[in-house]
Amino acid sequence: MSETNTIEVEQLVREFKKGPRAVDGIDLHVDAGEIYGFLGPNGAGKSTTVLMLTTLLPPTSGSARVGGYDVVADGPKVRASIGAALQEAALDPMLTGRDHLRLQTTLQCIARAERKPRSNELLERVGLSEAADRKVGGYSGGMKRRLDLALALVHRPRLLFLDEPTTGLDPQSRSALWVEVARLAREEGVTVFLTTQYLEEADVLADRVGIIDHGHIVAEGTPAALKAEIGLPSVHALPTEEGDRARLAEVLAQFGEPLGDGAKDIAVRLREGVSGLPAVVRALDAADVRLAHLEIQAPSLDDVFLAKTGRSLEGAGEGESDAVEPAA
Amino acid sequence: MSGSIWAQIWALARRSIVRTIRQPASIVFPLIFPMLLLLVNSGGLDASTELPGFPTDSFLAFALAVPFIQGALFSTMNAGTDLAKDIQTGFLNRLSLTSMRGVALIAGQLAGVVVLGLVQAGFYIVVGLLVGVDFASGALGILALFGFAAVISISFGALGAFLALRTGSGEAIQGLFPLLFVFLFLSSMNTPRDLIGVDWFRFVATANPVSYLIECVRSLIITGWNGDALALGFGFAVLIGIVSITLATVSLKGRLLRT
Repeated sequence: MSETNTIEVEQLVREFKKGPRAVDGIDLHVDAGEIYGFLGPNGAGKSTTVLMLTTLLPPTSGSARVGGYDVVADGPKVRASIGAALQEAALDPMLTGRDHLRLQTTLQCIARAERKPRSNELLERVGLSEAADRKVGGYSGGMKRRLDLALALVHRPRLLFLDEPTTGLDPQSRSALWVEVARLAREEGVTVFLTTQYLEEADVLADRVGIIDHGHIVAEGTPAALKAEIGLPSVHALPTEEGDRARLAEVLAQFGEPLGDGAKDIAVRLREGVSGLPAVVRALDAADVRLAHLEIQAPSLDDVFLAKTGRSLEGAGEGESDAVEPAA
Repeated sequence: MSGSIWAQIWALARRSIVRTIRQPASIVFPLIFPMLLLLVNSGGLDASTELPGFPTDSFLAFALAVPFIQGALFSTMNAGTDLAKDIQTGFLNRLSLTSMRGVALIAGQLAGVVVLGLVQAGFYIVVGLLVGVDFASGALGILALFGFAAVISISFGALGAFLALRTGSGEAIQGLFPLLFVFLFLSSMNTPRDLIGVDWFRFVATANPVSYLIECVRSLIITGWNGDALALGFGFAVLIGIVSITLATVSLKGRLLRT
């Protein structure tokens, strides 16, 4: 099979000894130049999938072709086609950023004359030129992640795997990384397979999203299409008096299907859409329920996750709400 | 693109050396600790030289062989803990994703250990010269000592790499370190084997390969060129090296699960 920039996965399974199936028969297709967001909670099977697709873990069964090559039969060719920044930025604290690039360019068989210019170019691109000669032990989390990305790009890979690349980063570092990842896909045609726990990240970056839970892909599509499947917005309210919770739930239940349980607020999916909100406010007023907080939320990827699994995804809802506070 | 196994080995060796240099504790401790032990032992056991048949009248010269072996044991721990750290932090996964060949990883790691081993040997020799030890085998013998230091650094470094690849834990290697020291204490480190009075101890020291490593170094320092001692010392060092490198290579295959 000839080289492509695609990822094709069929019925991929990974079982660990004495454990459940971490990945349980997933199918995937990622097009060339696409950013594919692989979304799921901790332990869902995201990282195990990445390890298999990057040849670091043999699958128990099923098949996967990355860049046109089989991950089991053509491991070296797959590795030559891909760049990867795995979950922890695995760097040597005793080496400088430039030392890391020197090592990586040599191990990736970059021609000797090209090693230094390529290192300088990448350091410049990820904004680490000034810090290049400092030991990595003194880098911030964001700087480590950027260096990690630079190392993954040393050999100009056609496909890039990023396993939770922004976990633990401040918002500024996170958005800087998003800009670079988007540029790689749009300008250089690199296919990006990105795992994340952050809904906002998947929403902003990904052309398509796959949601994985307990080793199964439970939903797949563009973020817009997935949210459109859910369709209706939800209203979330919190009473001023704790004793009013039951009455609040009773009133809200008249306007739609209750959402979840155990959350701090009480929420329903609005049957009438946003136009139903005035009636909700009037009903709450009539029932004399005073609110500390009222919020209407457009459908989010978390709602998609909730609808497909009955549970909420960690870190849900960032940047996806229009709050009205205080109300009623 | 171009690349050779030698370029990979050099890149990994350079990293190993740089990492060692930037952690002064990993250099200073293997230099200082054996010297302290040497001073304590030669102060307390100097009277041993009056035993009939003792091969020299300077216990310091007799005991100077021991730091070479202690240094090699430190090589085991350094090589092992460094590699275990790479496994624990995921750095080995990063390397696995490159075109790196397994043999380059082990050879690169060992190259760093050898450099440290040679620095240690140079330091012990200089200390010996400063305190008046007369190297019976002369300048060539000193060269042979450097050669022997390189061989035992490789052998014990490979043992450390094997332990790291097998356990994946720096703590496990540090836990095994005292056990390796037991081999040193159950050898002819403080008394020539033929002068050990306790039968079981003489038997254990004779069966212990560390005795022959020490006696090889000792022969170059106090008796001159002794073919038997050199053959046994180099022979055991190479044998330990072959076994350790084989075990490390097999363990690396198991550790690098890449397809």
